[in-house]
Amino acid sequence: MASIDLQPTENKSPSHQTTITGAEAVVQSLIQEGVDIAFGYPGGAIMPVYDALYDYQDRLHHVLARHEQGAIHAAQGYARASGKVGVCLATSGPGATNLITGIADAQIDSTPLVCITGQVPSHLLGSDAFQETDVIGISMPVTKWNYQVTKAEEIPLAIAKAFYIARSGRPGPVLIDITKDAQFQQLDFHYEKCSSIRSYREEPAIDIDQIEAAANAINEAERPYVLFGQGIILAEAEQEFKIFVEQGNLPAAWTILGLSAMETSHPLNVGMLGMHGNYGPNLLTNECDVLIAVGMRFDDRVTGDLEKYAKQAKVIHLEIDPAEINKNVFAHIPVMGNAKKTLPLLTQRLQKKDRSEWVAQFAECDRLEHEKVIQEELHPTKDILTMGEVIHILNEKTGGDAIIVTDVGQHQMVACRYAEFVQSKSNITSGGLGTMGFGLPAALGAALGAPNRTVVCVVGDGGLQMTIQELATVYQTQAKVKVLLLNNEFLGMVRQWQQLFFDKRYSSTEMINPDFQLLAKGFRMPTNQVTHRDQLDQALTEFIETDGAYFLEVMVGKENNVFPMIPSGSGVAEIRLD
Amino acid sequence: MEILDMEKQEFTITVYTENQVGLLHRITTIFTKRKINLESLTTSESEIEGIHRFTIAVTETEEQVIKVVKQIEKQVEVLKADYYKKKEVVQQELALYKIATETLTNGIEIERIVREHNARFLTIEREFVVIEKAGYKRETKALFDELEPYGIKEFVRSGRIAVARQQFGPGKEIEALLQTNSPSL
Repeated sequence: MASIDLQPTENKSPSHQTTITGAEAVVQSLIQEGVDIAFGYPGGAIMPVYDALYDYQDRLHHVLARHEQGAIHAAQGYARASGKVGVCLATSGPGATNLITGIADAQIDSTPLVCITGQVPSHLLGSDAFQETDVIGISMPVTKWNYQVTKAEEIPLAIAKAFYIARSGRPGPVLIDITKDAQFQQLDFHYEKCSSIRSYREEPAIDIDQIEAAANAINEAERPYVLFGQGIILAEAEQEFKIFVEQGNLPAAWTILGLSAMETSHPLNVGMLGMHGNYGPNLLTNECDVLIAVGMRFDDRVTGDLEKYAKQAKVIHLEIDPAEINKNVFAHIPVMGNAKKTLPLLTQRLQKKDRSEWVAQFAECDRLEHEKVIQEELHPTKDILTMGEVIHILNEKTGGDAIIVTDVGQHQMVACRYAEFVQSKSNITSGGLGTMGFGLPAALGAALGAPNRTVVCVVGDGGLQMTIQELATVYQTQAKVKVLLLNNEFLGMVRQWQQLFFDKRYSSTEMINPDFQLLAKGFRMPTNQVTHRDQLDQALTEFIETDGAYFLEVMVGKENNVFPMIPSGSGVAEIRLD
Repeated sequence: MEILDMEKQEFTITVYTENQVGLLHRITTIFTKRKINLESLTTSESEIEGIHRFTIAVTETEEQVIKVVKQIEKQVEVLKADYYKKKEVVQQELALYKIATETLTNGIEIERIVREHNARFLTIEREFVVIEKAGYKRETKALFDELEPYGIKEFVRSGRIAVARQQFGPGKEIEALLQTNSPSL
């Protein structure tokens, strides 16, 4: 390890030097980074930091989760709702390993996190000491950066680098592992924010030739089609994006992480991409002449079989991460850079063009999808309740202005398909990793990160039981989390696949569930259960209008399926409406 | 669309990095995640003070190598990563062969072989001698095959080291990056 260089690099810090412990330096560094809330769980190796937190309770609120996985998903939800870096604390060994699922989730979904773990004292490293785990080694493939601190004097610098790396460029999770002796040691504390690292480039330089080439291709296009992802939200480029698509009259479809970057009602918002996305956005991927991908990474759930994906189109890829270019889909015109900067440069060069005939093709597909799928899903003629009708009425109650946090599975696809949004950072879901158990703790974090907004956690009976203990954290924090349990007494998505592709052999997907009403009451939440359609409207009104947390369980059809669907391994144009 | 050769071939990847504990693991996991075998990996200093260098040998398709190099270059402590085809580098490997000293005293055959292969005796001890040979893998292998009948007690070959077949290596561009202010841990 190179020696530490504490020479200020730029912007001499105003903070004067004082001698404090490493643990206090951790807390003060967090405060210097503007952190006022952290999620975590104490334990032996991180105890000095928790002791230091005791003195700063008025400035840094610690949320005690009931499991480290709950803590990190809450930090993720907080980061996604607030746009700030989520902070998570855990002890060594099992505390640290329990963070790994959330770190992997944050890595694949580009969520800025700083995780601080305690570690056994440095003289015990490598001795298989009590609660020792090589968390640096374990977390390396799923962190943007990680670092082990063994000397107190490294703490301010390590934390400054951690925040800079986590939030800059393509964001991601960072882990700092701090040995217990370093937490006890004294240091001369001096904090300086990090603004550059010589071996790290936040974002690639913009190449005007690429912008020109992209603009020319779009101007010449008859059927240009935009796909947008979370890159828009992370760059806070929602406005720039809207002006861009309006200037070119470009129909635009979203990935589930891009959802809410553009309001649902916008006439150029044509819907959802991917396996359970809308009919037109998938089908017409293979009809467009120019495909413009903005801040998305061509996940296999979006593309289906790559051999049958947009082969006719010239592909323009606006992307901040050079490693994403040509990773899955060849980009004829890569446009490297931060979308907030590249989009306006592109818009300036776009000619206004009427593309109403092309946009009308999406409307025609939409009409067909309504007829075959949406009408019956939102206004069922059968007695059995559907997930879609619940989300449809929820939209009426929230006016589309809620943060919708979902778990993973059928309810997630239904919520993404039918929930309406009027503002950005309002859809929080585990997209890349598909982590069941994400929903409830992420909703808790979102509620604390956006305290003035209504936060609804749409969750299934499977995923809820993976992190149900966090209802206790909801109670302790008095966070206004509204849990909407869509209970089909099955692991619905797996069951759907078993029905369609495994000859209805329902292997380990039926759930004999606990009494969720009693459970929620045990967690001291107001609760209600809907079993019939005539109860639904009133129940959802009460659910939204009650000030504070609420647990609403809706019994939905046990064997309902989510359609449309692109069967795994098929091309986007092979989307099935039934 | 650029056309890449889809056949697997020999590539040398060079990576210039900060000197940081754990970086080796971070780089190797990029290969293991994709089930790519590292034929050899050598870490050393580079021409730039304080900057380390990894020299990695793989046999892969160019498309896959490009993706891996981008993933490596994305790592925070990596300054630059590049890849080269076989003809774009000057490369070398070093091999050591240990044989019994008595095989030497039974005639001049060993000395002839060593001379013909442009190898040399590194050390001659009472019980064993160590022969050193630098060259391509096929050359060190050829010497191995000739010495084998005499009994090789121990054999080792180093990883590939290589420099770019051009006036300046990647170091030229890295010098510019090093002007950036940066806190060093």
